[in-house]
Amino acid sequence: MPLITIDDKQIEVAAGSTVMDAAREAGIYIPHFCYHKKLSIAASCRMCLVEVEKVPKPLPACATPVSEGMIVRSHSEKAVEAQKGVMEFLLINHPLDCPVCDQGGDCLLQDIAMGYGGVASRYDEPKRVVTEKDLGPLVATDMTRCIHCSRCVRFGQEIAGLMELGMPGRGEHTEVMPFLAHQVTSELSGNVIDLCPVGALTSKPFRFNARPWELSRRKTVSPHDGLGANLAIHVKGNKVYRATPVDNEAVNECWLADRDRYSYEAINSAERLLAPMVKDGGQWLAVDWRQALAQAAGALKVIRDTHGGSAIGFIASPRQTVEELHLFQKLARALGCENIDTRIDRADFAGQRDGAEWLGMPVADLNGLDRVLLVGSTVRKEQPLVAQRLRQAVKQGAQLNVVHVSDDDLLCRVANKLIARPSGLVGALAQVAKAVGAEIEGLGTVVVSEAAEALAASLKSGERKAVLLGAVAQQHPAAAELHSLAQAIARTTGATLGFLADAANQVGAGAVGCRPGQGGSNAAAMFAEPKKAYVILGAEPELEAWDAARAHDALAAAELVIVMSPFQGHGSDYAHVMLPVAAFAETAGSYVSMEGRLQSFRAVVPPQGEARPAWKVLRVLGNQFDLADFDQDSAEQVLAEALPEGEATVRARLGNGIAGVAVSHLHAGDGIERLGETAIYQLDAYTRRAPALQATADGQAGQAAAASGVLIARLGLAEDKPVKVRHNGAETVLKLVRDDNLPDNVVRVAGSLAAASRLGPRYGEISLEKM
Amino acid sequence: MSATYTGPKVCLWTLDHADPASLATYVANGGYEPLKKILAEKTPATEIIEQVKISALRGRGGAGFPTGLKWSFMPRNYDGDKYVVCNTDEGEPGTFKDRDIVEFNPHQLIEGMIIAGYTLGAKAGYNYIHGEIFELYESWEKALEEARAAGYLGKNICGSGWDFDLHAHQGYGAYICGEETALLESIEGKKGQPRFKPPFPASYGLFGKPTTINNTETLASIPWIMRHGGQAFLELGKPNNGGTKIFSISGHVNKPGNYEIPLGTPFADLLEMAGGVRDGHTLKAVIPGGSSAPVLPADIMMGCTLDFDSIAKAGSMLGSGAVIVMDETVCMVKALERLAYFYFEESCGQCTPCREGTGWMYRVIKRIEHGEGRPEDLDLLMSVGTNIAGRTICALGEAAVGPVQSFITHFREEFEYHIENKKCMVGA
Amino acid sequence: MSLSAESLSQIDKEIAKYPADRKQSAVMAALRIAQVEKGWLANETLEFVAEYLGMPAIAVYEVATFYNMYDLEPCGRHKITVCTNLPCQLQGADTVADYLKQKLGIGFGETTADGRFTLKEGECFGTCGSGPLCLHNNHKMHTHLSPETVDKLLDELK
Repeated sequence: MPLITIDDKQIEVAAGSTVMDAAREAGIYIPHFCYHKKLSIAASCRMCLVEVEKVPKPLPACATPVSEGMIVRSHSEKAVEAQKGVMEFLLINHPLDCPVCDQGGDCLLQDIAMGYGGVASRYDEPKRVVTEKDLGPLVATDMTRCIHCSRCVRFGQEIAGLMELGMPGRGEHTEVMPFLAHQVTSELSGNVIDLCPVGALTSKPFRFNARPWELSRRKTVSPHDGLGANLAIHVKGNKVYRATPVDNEAVNECWLADRDRYSYEAINSAERLLAPMVKDGGQWLAVDWRQALAQAAGALKVIRDTHGGSAIGFIASPRQTVEELHLFQKLARALGCENIDTRIDRADFAGQRDGAEWLGMPVADLNGLDRVLLVGSTVRKEQPLVAQRLRQAVKQGAQLNVVHVSDDDLLCRVANKLIARPSGLVGALAQVAKAVGAEIEGLGTVVVSEAAEALAASLKSGERKAVLLGAVAQQHPAAAELHSLAQAIARTTGATLGFLADAANQVGAGAVGCRPGQGGSNAAAMFAEPKKAYVILGAEPELEAWDAARAHDALAAAELVIVMSPFQGHGSDYAHVMLPVAAFAETAGSYVSMEGRLQSFRAVVPPQGEARPAWKVLRVLGNQFDLADFDQDSAEQVLAEALPEGEATVRARLGNGIAGVAVSHLHAGDGIERLGETAIYQLDAYTRRAPALQATADGQAGQAAAASGVLIARLGLAEDKPVKVRHNGAETVLKLVRDDNLPDNVVRVAGSLAAASRLGPRYGEISLEKM
Repeated sequence: MSATYTGPKVCLWTLDHADPASLATYVANGGYEPLKKILAEKTPATEIIEQVKISALRGRGGAGFPTGLKWSFMPRNYDGDKYVVCNTDEGEPGTFKDRDIVEFNPHQLIEGMIIAGYTLGAKAGYNYIHGEIFELYESWEKALEEARAAGYLGKNICGSGWDFDLHAHQGYGAYICGEETALLESIEGKKGQPRFKPPFPASYGLFGKPTTINNTETLASIPWIMRHGGQAFLELGKPNNGGTKIFSISGHVNKPGNYEIPLGTPFADLLEMAGGVRDGHTLKAVIPGGSSAPVLPADIMMGCTLDFDSIAKAGSMLGSGAVIVMDETVCMVKALERLAYFYFEESCGQCTPCREGTGWMYRVIKRIEHGEGRPEDLDLLMSVGTNIAGRTICALGEAAVGPVQSFITHFREEFEYHIENKKCMVGA
Repeated sequence: MSLSAESLSQIDKEIAKYPADRKQSAVMAALRIAQVEKGWLANETLEFVAEYLGMPAIAVYEVATFYNMYDLEPCGRHKITVCTNLPCQLQGADTVADYLKQKLGIGFGETTADGRFTLKEGECFGTCGSGPLCLHNNHKMHTHLSPETVDKLLDELK
């Protein structure tokens, strides 16, 4: 450990550190632009030049390795002179348009220029002007402001894994741009806005809406996938203006997926439900809360008293908070109902499970894995930041193995893969199980392919290993069999079995018992055998359910449907009472992330209109029934009741074990079948209502039907043209796009897609016809 | 006094033969013998490096770094591929010596690279050839084929059981690729942008593997050293400046061209060999080591000998031995404008001081040349230069500043005249 | 869009010079070969090269815009690039350049109306001792230029 001196401070740092690392450790700030802790070293901006004793020239702190006894001066006359020289160069071609720049007040160049810039410029020649580039609906450009730090380019290459931006040209004519008209399509693209130290790359939806100093930043947690990305919501006058990441090395590092960043648009959506509504003689009336709650409770009481609690179905979104889900199940159980669930997009509930399914390890440990088997996960779209961590693991030498229904480009090296149609997924995983010698019954007839042998060999080597089940595996019609096989493979190879939770509080929902109790029905059963009444919290079953058409029909036929939602949605078609509840960021609460991390947050803005936090609404509903213990005054009190020991209680309730499942779905079908995974921006009520996300390439792709070129040709269909999609006796018209990653005979029609909601189950036989 | 050199030449000796570039000419005059001897005797690498050190061969690309020392930096017990790279990306205005080696003595370069490959434990070598001399890329590829057919390249070279191959990589118009790490980036199929150092190529070079990069003339000198011994090479020149050196002389002389002479030869002798300043004119200034070397006025230059140390003492550098001669008709402002444009045009754009500063300097000089100069411009140019030099990733920063600061220092009155009178002093 | 079998075989020869996982090293050669065949590098040509070498298109574009012998716009049948750098300038390059401009009626960076000639200003060719110099279509150098030799050269280039 070399001992060095920086600005008269002695510090011992790890060998191989740079002067910049050492300075950061010593709490000394060295100005910089191109340096970024998560990116490779460019050493090109030269702002971090420092004086090193015995070296005649100033050296860049970011790229200079420390050595024993080194004496560094970062603020000496010589260092500051060099830094000021660089600052002058950076400013000569930078338009000093701070008053009209979105970055103004929030700009690294502006900040550092205050310290190192001159009062007047010595540059009196024409300034460079750079034409704008269209990067798509998320990122706006003012490329004349670019200072060529290359952070955005390195981000694409190193973190997003996809080089979409480059720096064509030479010298002063170098410009950051995508290849010609190609838009930026990465699901992580918005991060370049945070990385850009100037106002060259800014948020398009946020553009010209507010100045940074008018906004207050308040922390919350992203409501989408189970990672629990930490967000700062920027607020002015009780309105949400934008979202940026809050650094949390253990969770999202300094990144956000685009949906974490842009879904706030839904909070300001015109579809918000702003007042309690009741249906009266077929007409919707806005009423006050007292009347709405009384009417809801009264009607529910009638059903319960007439048919018993088991005639009611309680369905919540796994993106509601721990506090809300706790009170939700508590209310149900107090009414004698055990039909409680959040897993509406799941098909297979077989087997005995021993806890709330979770990642099985800390998220941060993903980066250090040696061997990974990813089962049924379109991981870039399901878990953009988990995919990023796996990419880093692969860079460090991990072998990433894949058993999946689509040969997606994971933007990193894949060691081995088995790609099967959805009905062949169990068979494919069974090959791996057999090849590793897993102890599980029913594999007698399985023929092991060479690819499966190679994959098994990979899993048998290495130290730190994981078998991870993605959303496709969890939503699969034989999910329990996949789970059992994955468990057997993990046990045999010494790997950790983990679930990639696709909802922000999926683990929390399990941990607080938002699951059917003794004799209760799961989500699928609640729609398969319709209930007299439903209480819906946050979910949109008519889109999200495994069989959306059946869910819709069950709701439409029910005598009573009470919907608690931030949005009007389709509730107006089938509900009888609609209660406006707070959207994310509008309520205090907690989520349990996929790694079992309990993250609590406060409301950052008040709910819009008459909306109220759902935990308060549930508490008052409890009061309406005169139930005991519905008198909590704060979200904290609810949390203390739900998880008395906090995270420790969560940990005690986690478990990935499964028993009592026979593997039988070993043979793939032979017709054309649907792949009904949830598209990245169809994920939940928020992403579906974020216009900027819907306008992206991913957003557009999620609204189309996709098939391989081979299948399109075989069916005599045309790419990028409308096609009639028939499934389960229903039909719809979607645009047909080509995706050669799909196996032949597979058509991807996203679940949760409004245009496909009448098609029924997410999987099964499907047909395409010319219009 | 007689200004002809009749002693041994290291690189351009084939020009005294009828078919200078042919394998037959080379072999008939002892070519490939050093290689065969090394392979047959399995000469230890340390012995070869020792001879190179004794020879005092200094890098001929411009920096003058001792070659033997550079070779000793290559890791010896490295378990993986290593590379040897030859830098024939000769694009600095005034420099045109390496092209003649490739054109007229390709096999000596090939042999030099093979010996380097053997000594350094390399798996393959690449010769990076300047974009604009495509014809020499083609002729060198032909020479490689000849060498391969004769068993000097490829598998089991000369029956030794040792494999090694050489390839040409053609540049396509970027001066910066003459910088060794930019050149490596370019071979990797990227923009030729210099890497920051450390790590140096000897530990992280081509494809991330240990790599030694030498100039063409440097590598072509190796067979001569192996054949005649390091001491003989040293004695061709002077202490610490071993060997003969090719000087490329251009500009206002009667016979521009390459002259291979011992290091330490007086400049006056070289000028005489080149036929003197063009008829009827007088010497005004000389850029002694390629366009990035500071310019020297005639009187200073006439007192210099051509070796690294003498020119350095005079305040410039020998560089690659490219001597640009200017007579009394040259407007120093116009000459500097052209050089400043070159560095502006060729800056890779990666690091701030060079990307922004070269354009700034060029624009100010252009203004002066076009009669729009201001009194404060000269101090501004000196100051901008100071803010570039020594603060960039590679030496192009210094290279761009050298001409600007030296032209202004030595010919300030000409610049001031231009600013004041909005016209040229020369011919005024 | 594809390249001729001849061009592809030349590119394959270049690819073979580098380690198997380093196809990108052949991008400069591939672009040169493609440009010789097509006359200039259209976007679709860049995309083809990107696909052929397994590179992101933007990375190919970076290379094509960095090295100044690539033409990203259509060119005359004969591209004449004149070096005007200092040594050539001292030896008369400006006279030669002015003569070419006057004779062809175009400036640097322009193409004659009949599409026969494009005139470009070049940077150092590394052959200063033989200046003034020009390159014909990047690959053929003409040395010791004067108005007389320029006349002869232009006559030869139909």
